[in-house]
Amino acid sequence: MASPSPKSPEQSEKNKQYDRQLRLWGDHGQSALESGHICLINATALGTEILKSIVLPGIGAITIVDDCTVSDEDIGSNFFLEMSSKGLNRGSEALRLVLELNPAVQGHAVQEPPDQILDENPDFFKSFSLVIATTISEKVTQSLSQHLWDINVPFILCQSVGFLGSFRIQIREHAVTETHPDNEQTDLRLDEPFMSLLEHLESIDIDALDLKDHGHIPWIIILYKAVQKWKINNNNKWPVTRNDKEDIKNIIRDFIRKDENGIPINEENFEEAIRAVNTALMPTFLPKNISKLMYNSAATNLTKDSSSFWIMCSALRAFVEAEGKGKLPVKGILPDMTASTEHYVKLQNIYKMQAANDAEIVYRKVRQIVTQLHCDSISEADVKLFCRHAHDLYLVKGSCVATELQLGNSVASYIATYLEEPDVMMVHYIMLRAAGMFRSEHCRAPGDWEPEGDIAKLKTCVNKLLGDISCSPFPKDDHIHEMCRYGGAEIHSVSAFLGGCVAHEAIKIITKQYKPVNNTFIYDGASTNTATFEF
Amino acid sequence: MTSESQTADYQNRRWQHIRKLLERSGPFCHPDFEASAEILNFIMNCCKVLIVGAGGLGCELLKDLALMGFKKLHIVDMDTIELSNLNRQFLFRRNDIGLPKAKCAVEFVNKRVPGCEAVAHHCAIQDLDEDFYRQFHIVVCGLDSIIARRWLNGMLVSLLQYNDDRSLDQSSVIPMVDGGTEGFKGNARVILPGMSACIECTLDLYPPQKTFPLCTIANTPRLPEHCIEYVKVIQWAKENPWGSSTTLDGDDPQHVVWVYEKAQERAMKHGIANVTYRLTQGVLKNIIPAVASTNAAIAAACATEVFKLASSCCVNMNNYMVLNMADGVYTYTFSAEKRPDCVACCNSTRVMKIDPDATLQYIYTKLCEDQAYLMKSPGITTVINGCNKTLYMSSIKSIEERTKDNLKKKLTDLGLFNGADILVADVTTPNTITIKLKFETLDVDMTK
Repeated sequence: MASPSPKSPEQSEKNKQYDRQLRLWGDHGQSALESGHICLINATALGTEILKSIVLPGIGAITIVDDCTVSDEDIGSNFFLEMSSKGLNRGSEALRLVLELNPAVQGHAVQEPPDQILDENPDFFKSFSLVIATTISEKVTQSLSQHLWDINVPFILCQSVGFLGSFRIQIREHAVTETHPDNEQTDLRLDEPFMSLLEHLESIDIDALDLKDHGHIPWIIILYKAVQKWKINNNNKWPVTRNDKEDIKNIIRDFIRKDENGIPINEENFEEAIRAVNTALMPTFLPKNISKLMYNSAATNLTKDSSSFWIMCSALRAFVEAEGKGKLPVKGILPDMTASTEHYVKLQNIYKMQAANDAEIVYRKVRQIVTQLHCDSISEADVKLFCRHAHDLYLVKGSCVATELQLGNSVASYIATYLEEPDVMMVHYIMLRAAGMFRSEHCRAPGDWEPEGDIAKLKTCVNKLLGDISCSPFPKDDHIHEMCRYGGAEIHSVSAFLGGCVAHEAIKIITKQYKPVNNTFIYDGASTNTATFEF
Repeated sequence: MTSESQTADYQNRRWQHIRKLLERSGPFCHPDFEASAEILNFIMNCCKVLIVGAGGLGCELLKDLALMGFKKLHIVDMDTIELSNLNRQFLFRRNDIGLPKAKCAVEFVNKRVPGCEAVAHHCAIQDLDEDFYRQFHIVVCGLDSIIARRWLNGMLVSLLQYNDDRSLDQSSVIPMVDGGTEGFKGNARVILPGMSACIECTLDLYPPQKTFPLCTIANTPRLPEHCIEYVKVIQWAKENPWGSSTTLDGDDPQHVVWVYEKAQERAMKHGIANVTYRLTQGVLKNIIPAVASTNAAIAAACATEVFKLASSCCVNMNNYMVLNMADGVYTYTFSAEKRPDCVACCNSTRVMKIDPDATLQYIYTKLCEDQAYLMKSPGITTVINGCNKTLYMSSIKSIEERTKDNLKKKLTDLGLFNGADILVADVTTPNTITIKLKFETLDVDMTK
């Protein structure tokens, strides 16, 4: 692969190829992706559409488990099968054509049905970062999901029939440091400025500044000064009410310099300060969900096998209880604002330095814990990243699909609540499960050959399901008719939509960036509506 | 193709899945739907679909439609393949770099999906005329530019026919399905020109591009982006080693390196950190991050709508869906409203109310800034005593020089009057727009 000379800042071929995605998950995200190994069970159109959007960005390796033979119907809806694939093993053919998308990806095909592998060689699944399955029977779903839960390998179960599709993510525990929130909160510490910030803020006398400088100090300083002035006449409390904030705005307005005719000059930085009053005066606090993470038993009772996420949570707690004085490490970022370069950079560096200092303290604590536990070391870069995003950490604990299939009390009442609404998306969930039941009983899809004839049989499945969760039958048979109409058909564009979504979730799980769906997603291509349920 | 592939039996098996939707009725079908084998025949052998763009969305659209039975597909794209396309434009390989996208895409799909007869057009959409666009039943877009969307929208609107009683002749409506993506977000919409909200009706859904004020760039840089912009906007023209008339090309690595190094110097001088090569290129080319998955999902949503339009097997999306995959997967579908006074799709005389003392500059500014027009660089002409008169046109240098003084003149001094028509041309529309001036004394100062 061509590489530019060491002195040239030009990108390597790989960086050029992946440029557009590196801007979303960074080089470290890309590394994580390239270390990932995904197993797909059944190279249906849905399966290969999922793989396409995982292979293109450069997953490390894929393994396809599929013992089916390619039929004419398969070729009709699956882009990664050719005319000449007919009669050959579907997994091998799909693998060959999918790997063409990115020569850097490794691939393997296993021509065995998944239940055979579960029986004879269940450890097979331990080598994967993620297992994705399409069109597996209820029985195999039961045993496969339980096994993957037990060995702690994340699992995504997907289906696509007619205009309907769904996927269900099963993962025991998933921690995300970089959630990339759309609107990240600032962390200004104006209510409790750390030493270097306090010194800097106090060192500036707004009234003494010349006109040019006056119009170029950051609004943060202006806001601080206004609040200090207000506090003197208000028992030193922190402004909270609307009136308080209105007072602050008036103080800032008074700060604005006037020309020889007494007319206020246009000073944009002061206008910014006025606009910031409503949002930037939130007192610094420790978010509840972060507190829960820090005091979670996984963080307080560490063992040698604890994940680096929990070790860092523990170190974070130690920081918050001591040097942090009840607060998280400073974020260290400053939004852009009207200011001179000098003022802005100076202020920015003060926040940056404090963030670096806080992160270093946390890192020292991490090292202590790692030494005590004799576990794998955690890099300083990882700790810095963790501290930078400490306010937005995210952890989700999942549930096992096998449990959901059993329709225990909590699952039953969860479903019943939505059916009562009436939420048509939950109706789709019932229809998909009923179709699965039908398949198990009759070894074919409802409406496969005769849509009309199967309506009554499918209705029996639906009513059994509804009975199991103590719900009354649906008032109309429309959705049952529609499912029989589909006759188990797989429509390429519906599978392509789901394929894009599932591939996306797989990338989130492997890069550990961005929040994944938690945990069931349903798509109806007919109405274009979607819904997320948490089972 | 072997003789086997041509047997009806084989075709039936191959399209088994799709046929279930087309040959069977159901409770949620479109009211016009009549299940029959004819529909698949129509889709395969008669229905002509135009795919606009052969990039991230276009490749997906071509594949999706080919696998849904469409054979008479045309695809237009003026670009050639680049390395950075390969992370998502999956019909292209490394060996194809430099080749035209449309041609490569068509070759790949026609080979992989036997029977598909996709045709490539390696040109700009503006190079094709009315007669070209008129042949299609449905147009589906995967464009990366709002201006191009508006142009295409204008073209389809111009093909509309109205009956004597001013009602729309619905057979002249060519539906347009439009998709767009940016990072982990995207949208898909269905437009029935003349009947539902068009691109112009909903221009406010496209937020304006963020730019940095010149005084920040020149005097008070704070972010690494400011340093890069400075080199791009000020330093390049003065200092670049390739000559003062050389345009900065974000695709030329040498240009990018030069800007990067100068930006770094400026940043270092001011104590600003984080000027990187990646950021530099991003600012110069206005790069939008892109991944395969978002494109796959949006294109698929569009393809599903095209299929519904061609077959009536289900009601269409009504009519605008947004998708956000950054936090879980979230979609929201709403019905965008057609504007009764839309400058593109309304079928009545366009009127502009204007003070009798206004200058031409006022009209020009209004055409650029008013939400109803949002033009880029309109060329304004009129007809006086049967002769065409150019009032102002900025796109051709000699004409710009000749007419720029007109901007300061009052409309009445230029021969315009109450009820006069001006003819406006712009990149955002394929045809000239006629606007009738209505003189009214308004409160706003229009003599600027």
